[in-house]
Amino acid sequence: MSRVLSSRPSVGRWLRSTALAAAALVSATAMSATAHAEDTIKVGILHSLSGTMAISETTLKDVMLMLIDQQNKKGGLLGKKLEAVVVDPASNWPLFAEKARELITVDHVAAVFGCWTSVSRKSVLPVFEETNNILFYPVQYEGEESSKNVFYTGAAPNQQAIPAVDYLMNEDHVKRWVLAGTDYVYPRTTNKILEAYLKSKGVAAEDIMVNYTPFGQSDWQSIVADIKKFGSAGKKTAVVSTINGDANVPFYKELANQGIKATDIPVVAFSVGEEELAGIDTKPLVGHLAAWNYFESVKSPANTAFIKEWHEFTKKPNRTTNDPMEAAYIGFNMWVKAVEKAGTTDQTKVIDAMIGVAVPNLTGGISTMMPNHHITKPVLIGEVKGDGQFNVVWQTPGTVVANEWSPYLEGSKDLIADWRHPLFCGNFNTVTGKCGGASK
Amino acid sequence: MGWGSDPEGDVMVSIHRLLAVLLVSLPLLATSPARADDAPDPFIGLASQNFDIVANAISALAVSGHPQAAATIAAIEADNLYVDAAGDGAPLILIKQGDSYIDARTGQKASDINEDDVDSVRVNNAVRRAIEAAKGGLDLFAADADTRQKAAEKVFTSHDPAALPLLARAIAAEKDAGAKRAMQQAQAASLLAGDGGSDAERVAAVAILRLRGDVEAKSLLQSLHDQSKPVAAAIAAATSSLARIEQLWSVLQSVFYGISLGSVLLLAAAGLAITFGVMGVINMAHGEMVMLGAYTTFMVQEVIRTHAPGLFGASLFIAVPLAFLVSGIAGILIERCMIRFLYGRPLETLLASWGLSLILQQGVRSIFGSSNREVGTPEWMSGAVQWGGLVITWNRLTIIVFAVIVIAALMAVMRGTSLGLRMRAVTQNRRMAAAMGIRTPWIDALTFGLGSGVAGMAGVALSQIDNVSPNLGQGYIIDSFMVVVFGGVGNLWGTVVSAMTLGIVNKFLEPFAGAVLGKIVVLIALILFIQRKPRGMFPLKGRAVEQ
Repeated sequence: MSRVLSSRPSVGRWLRSTALAAAALVSATAMSATAHAEDTIKVGILHSLSGTMAISETTLKDVMLMLIDQQNKKGGLLGKKLEAVVVDPASNWPLFAEKARELITVDHVAAVFGCWTSVSRKSVLPVFEETNNILFYPVQYEGEESSKNVFYTGAAPNQQAIPAVDYLMNEDHVKRWVLAGTDYVYPRTTNKILEAYLKSKGVAAEDIMVNYTPFGQSDWQSIVADIKKFGSAGKKTAVVSTINGDANVPFYKELANQGIKATDIPVVAFSVGEEELAGIDTKPLVGHLAAWNYFESVKSPANTAFIKEWHEFTKKPNRTTNDPMEAAYIGFNMWVKAVEKAGTTDQTKVIDAMIGVAVPNLTGGISTMMPNHHITKPVLIGEVKGDGQFNVVWQTPGTVVANEWSPYLEGSKDLIADWRHPLFCGNFNTVTGKCGGASK
Repeated sequence: MGWGSDPEGDVMVSIHRLLAVLLVSLPLLATSPARADDAPDPFIGLASQNFDIVANAISALAVSGHPQAAATIAAIEADNLYVDAAGDGAPLILIKQGDSYIDARTGQKASDINEDDVDSVRVNNAVRRAIEAAKGGLDLFAADADTRQKAAEKVFTSHDPAALPLLARAIAAEKDAGAKRAMQQAQAASLLAGDGGSDAERVAAVAILRLRGDVEAKSLLQSLHDQSKPVAAAIAAATSSLARIEQLWSVLQSVFYGISLGSVLLLAAAGLAITFGVMGVINMAHGEMVMLGAYTTFMVQEVIRTHAPGLFGASLFIAVPLAFLVSGIAGILIERCMIRFLYGRPLETLLASWGLSLILQQGVRSIFGSSNREVGTPEWMSGAVQWGGLVITWNRLTIIVFAVIVIAALMAVMRGTSLGLRMRAVTQNRRMAAAMGIRTPWIDALTFGLGSGVAGMAGVALSQIDNVSPNLGQGYIIDSFMVVVFGGVGNLWGTVVSAMTLGIVNKFLEPFAGAVLGKIVVLIALILFIQRKPRGMFPLKGRAVEQ
């Protein structure tokens, strides 16, 4: 994939990179004149600030700026100040790759924090592998990936989806399942894993209904009616929702209008957090669930302090916090710790130093970077409250290790990732004993 | 944390639990309410971290006859019940009232409460079901017939055999026909769900369910297995007849969904039918006019919330004319400042208006933020009405009615007013119209303003079913063009028919093909249709078309 991208002949790209190089040259000379260039460590922030994903990603940019600011107040890193380089890939997937390359080759950043959607991550992946830089990816995703150059601080499916299903199965005694999602890679993969998992738990095929809708679906009438019909078969029914983004609001509105309450058919969502609820009247939604690794309502000293700093930094006393923000917080602290451990920002050394780094998370525990480049996290199930916050009703007793390759999928059940030497492989097949090579 | 281990944990069990207690205690309650004093303290369980214990405590409390029981359960429901376990002895259960607390056990004001020791009572769906069941079971004997009927409906849903004796007593005392029928249905369901009753009784119960004739009755009957021969035969006959009825209703229901989707499409496309259909301007910023209308609704509601909360029910009526004005004026400005320089250059118009749409989106994003804005639904537009097997949601019905009014008004303007006459004159033969003394540039601006204003009104309706975000308009622009082109450019009736056709076809396809494939099928069919009839279903005829 990297070859395809970089070998695409493009005059525009050539002109652009020449211009950028020229600009970099000018700025470099300007910098050296004031002798600043060597005094800072540059950190890239690659989040969309415009376009459809701006709604989610802008917040993460702000968190990163806050964390960098805090680190500088503590004296920086390795005796140098950190400097944030913010670029805007504008919710445009190919532009993510371009901007990533710009950050790495022009700005020479030590690490990049960014991406939200899986396609944006897949688009920048070859760039990071080719230039051997580091990406911290802070969003829950479908798994089935482990790259040497990417650290995944969001949840893998077994750190979010499977515990949520377990909760409903054991605590709410759900027997019938609707898997509803937006039609793209994350819901498709997650639902495939969930379907296999449910069947392994003895759920019959006729008790599972899978439904996909296009992005931005706004007319949910017949689908909600179908769910209602499916749920009236006498067995306790729940909806597992991987519905993405803006489609959630009309979905919940339709549920409320057709009189489906959380006590009848609860909906557990993996993409609905505090930020998304900010735009809805949550009273009809009370009792619907979400599974995350962090909720703003969690009571812990670390979280209280984080929320206070966040409000002071943004100067908005009501601005919510959410799960990907915590993941960004953990990722940044891990990187700082690994750089201190390695004594350098050299990417190869930092990548090796990252494994085993443990930092406190915001829910009162410790998260550790595992050899598969994913972190350990607790899983929390929350119920929507009338004020748009979540009430944590269940929590895993400890932290959960990520299964980057799902054991419930045919293609990946034999694979493991271990980025420690000598194995040093993202997709080692335990049956054939071979490393699959470049990450997919 | 809260690891419950309730064996079944649904409404059924909650009701079961409650009814069992209720049956034992009802006679006692009648004779000696003071018995509650001897019973173990029902409040203690509320302080538990375990949801099942909380749920049980609620069921026990509901039948304890405690004078504070109703107030306490109402407080849990309203998220106002708190626990203070700081002191020695039994934890305090507190009801929050404003800034102070009331002791739930005594109803007296509680003093010396340290805010840090106070935690809210833990509630989850299981607890909420216990609350519903507690109220439902008690309500079978409520004074109000409506409440009794609703309670009977709840028992029907749970169809718990344990409810039978209670139902028999309630039916004997019942005078209201509706409530009695609901109770008999609940009785039939509960009887069938258990093993009791003779064959004759069970067959009679099947007949009652068959008469009820809805999906719930059918699914209940279908879930019954291992019945004796006559009962099984009755069930088989009933389910097949119910299935036929259901099929009929589901066709009607799909038609309603289709009309509802069609009315949304129609509203979104109506403005475009003017700007694109009548004027021929490819206006990619049309969606943003819709968005402006939605944001106007948001602003109106904000003002009402802060200054006149009593007016909230009327907020949409206020928003409609304002949204028309805001988007209309924006449309006139766009026409005056941009579009008029580009007449006759469709490609440039397309690009310029697309750029404008991006500017408007980012502008709104900068002013209001990128996150969704909350637009509330007035009370009278929430919920649904059940008519036979048909579920009609009020907000959809309102939008259908609104679409009819908007289209009727638009046609009246186009056909019945001098403005409409001039508009048609200018679009049909500009030079002739100018020669007749019509100020064509002014008419162009007004026409564009009218189309944009109608889009703004659509925004008010869409704010009720979709997100109010900067991207709102984007989702409707393609559909709008589709509707106008399919219906026949320049023909309002064509737009109406086309919107309804697309809506209904979409909704009939969805159950078979799924939402994604359904959309694709509709698009392909549309492309093929346009290939055959490039001018749409109802092409304009006459000389104007040939230009």
